[in-house]
Amino acid sequence: MAEQVLTDFIRALRSADVRVSTGEAIDAAEAVKLIGYADRQRLSDTLRCVLAKSPAEKLAHDRLFDLYFSRQPVPQSEPPAQEDSSESSESEGPGDLLDLLETGDETAIAMAMERAGQEAGLQDIRFSTQVSYFAQQMMKSLGIERLEGEMMKAFRERTEDGQAYAEELIDGRKQMFSRAREHAKQAFETYGAGATLAFREDVLAETALTALDVRDLGRMQVLVQKIAKRLAVKHSRRRRKKNRGQLDVRKTLRANAGFDGVPFDLAWKQTKRDKAKIVAVCDVSGSVARVVRFFLMLLYSLNEVVPDIESFAFSGRLEDVGDTLETDDFAAAMDKIVNSIGMSSTDYGQSLSDLKMNHWNALDRRTTLIILGDGRSNYGDPRLDLFREAAGRVKRVIWLTPEGESLWGSGDSELPRYRPHCHTMKQVTTIKDLERILDEALSRYS
Amino acid sequence: MTKTGYEPLTSIDAITAGLASVGYISTREISTAIYLAHNLRKPILIEGPAGVGKTDLAASMARYLDVSLNRLQCYEGLDEGKALYEWKYGKQLLYTQLLKEKLGEVMDGAGTLNAAFDKLTSFEDLFYSETFLEPRPLLTAMKQDKGSVLLIDEIDKSDEEFEAYLLEVLSDYQVTVPEIGTIRAQVPPLVILTSNNIRELGDALKRRCLHLHIDFPEAEREQAIVRARVPDVSDALLKQLVDFVQGLRDLDIRKRPSISETVDWARTLLLMHATELDEEMVRSTLNVLLKHESDIQAVDKDVRTLARAAASAN
Repeated sequence: MAEQVLTDFIRALRSADVRVSTGEAIDAAEAVKLIGYADRQRLSDTLRCVLAKSPAEKLAHDRLFDLYFSRQPVPQSEPPAQEDSSESSESEGPGDLLDLLETGDETAIAMAMERAGQEAGLQDIRFSTQVSYFAQQMMKSLGIERLEGEMMKAFRERTEDGQAYAEELIDGRKQMFSRAREHAKQAFETYGAGATLAFREDVLAETALTALDVRDLGRMQVLVQKIAKRLAVKHSRRRRKKNRGQLDVRKTLRANAGFDGVPFDLAWKQTKRDKAKIVAVCDVSGSVARVVRFFLMLLYSLNEVVPDIESFAFSGRLEDVGDTLETDDFAAAMDKIVNSIGMSSTDYGQSLSDLKMNHWNALDRRTTLIILGDGRSNYGDPRLDLFREAAGRVKRVIWLTPEGESLWGSGDSELPRYRPHCHTMKQVTTIKDLERILDEALSRYS
Repeated sequence: MTKTGYEPLTSIDAITAGLASVGYISTREISTAIYLAHNLRKPILIEGPAGVGKTDLAASMARYLDVSLNRLQCYEGLDEGKALYEWKYGKQLLYTQLLKEKLGEVMDGAGTLNAAFDKLTSFEDLFYSETFLEPRPLLTAMKQDKGSVLLIDEIDKSDEEFEAYLLEVLSDYQVTVPEIGTIRAQVPPLVILTSNNIRELGDALKRRCLHLHIDFPEAEREQAIVRARVPDVSDALLKQLVDFVQGLRDLDIRKRPSISETVDWARTLLLMHATELDEEMVRSTLNVLLKHESDIQAVDKDVRTLARAAASAN
């Protein structure tokens, strides 16, 4: 039983995004053996020390610990409680509803709920819509049938006493059901809430950016942070890498001068990795603006790995928006940009020449130039010459567009003419696409 | 449980009391972590802002247990030669030179090249023995018979590869030297790792460690800490200055004052014979607490309100 309590708690933690390995679970079991369940405060201190390994995980732990151990009977105090209810439970199975109602013993009811919950498999609850179902299941295992039978019998007697008794039973049934619901709800908050969130995030990651709802924006921000962290962990390896195989003669000689020139310590040539630099040029007119919003959000969450980010927005004219975006309130900054820059008709040629006039120095050989736009330039001059020149200055050119490949070149779209100068031209629809592109762009710096 | 040299670590309360006896004001959480680390034989990873006493905890534990403190300061490029052990190449070379003649004598009897070679190989271990082994902090910690406290400071500044080296040391308390064999700690050291979160640590390392997050202390604990370090400070001043520092930490500044800076400030105020906090005094000594010019300017307008609030709280 004691172990079951811990295992279930770890399960709850895992559902809330706290990573607990098997080794850590074993550590936790040993720690609990040492500390015991008697002192709640001490137990909480112990588990958060052994299981939760970052501030976020500690928060999750504290929340779940309170939820979980507020309803869990403390294992060591259990045996006496079981003795109390053993007389009634021997004949009619665990905690019969009728007996419970008659005695009205709070501890016995709580115990019975707990048992019924386990029988109903409550730890598998995942969605809030399942609460009622699990409450029903719990009522069944509590022996609702016998209570209902008793109730019908009382009705059939057609006496005043019988009626009153039946009314009493109906009340009791209601009361028990709401308790079971309460219990199931709490279980959902412990085991399910985290899982639902994870599920929603998976869905969001695959949803087209243009189809996102306003109410998803908050969650999207969390998701973007997670993706950014994933990329950061992957790409923040150190900048120097040892190049075994090529001896650095000068360094070796200097290092071993003290040993009479006998080379004990070998020094190897090292290559330095370029620091990543990304210049984003984004079309913020109408249709593309939504995708741009998430792209820039992701880009600016990456400042841990990409120390150098410059961003420009355009529709008719091009402007530097880096400073505007370096604030805490990203959403407001983005709104401001779209409203001030995104209102004129799109002109790629003019924007490229603005880039050349004012910001050409931003493009250098360690730059990855990412252009986000549909390439619809209202039949203006696309200024391919400038684009070719820009492509020659930088390390890589990536063009992202929200439109599918079949539409490239239709109407005023100039994409096929820009395409030969790009290293990659890709359609992006979901946040996952963006992650993949940035991942690829960043791995060119290793 | 394995038998170890640290007798005093029998209960959480004993640890709190023991740390207090060497001047470290512990919390429930800190003592619990130490207790678990000792009994489960696990290292502790301590995270938290700079200057909250992470390193000091290790030093205090060593003082309290009366064992040696082996400190390994991590930095980018730290490798096993500097952390585990190194051969004393120079000494080896010197010995070979000095023993040249002796070698000649020894070799004298050998008629053929093969015989000489055989003789030589029988001496080879001479040069790869513990005499020529330069132990670095990790190995030193393993070799302490009484047990020791091993502090691996600012592990987040080291490279990822170095984390991997550490895994053997941290999970089995042993170091493998290919030429000699495996050196295992008789009494496993109490290992404390600290991190300022410059980079995210690897999961493998985190899995093997207990995790303790130490944040800036509550007012009450900070008062106790300052009291322990600066016993002469008056109660009224102590309360006021700690309240002021606590208020300062809530402001939007680049570097929030650490505990050691509070202690320094208390000493400064004491030197200036202050009995109460007043605005002028605060302004003239603010540079003890804040180390960036921009921070001092940023809090300029708040000094008056903070100082008044702290003074009136009594």
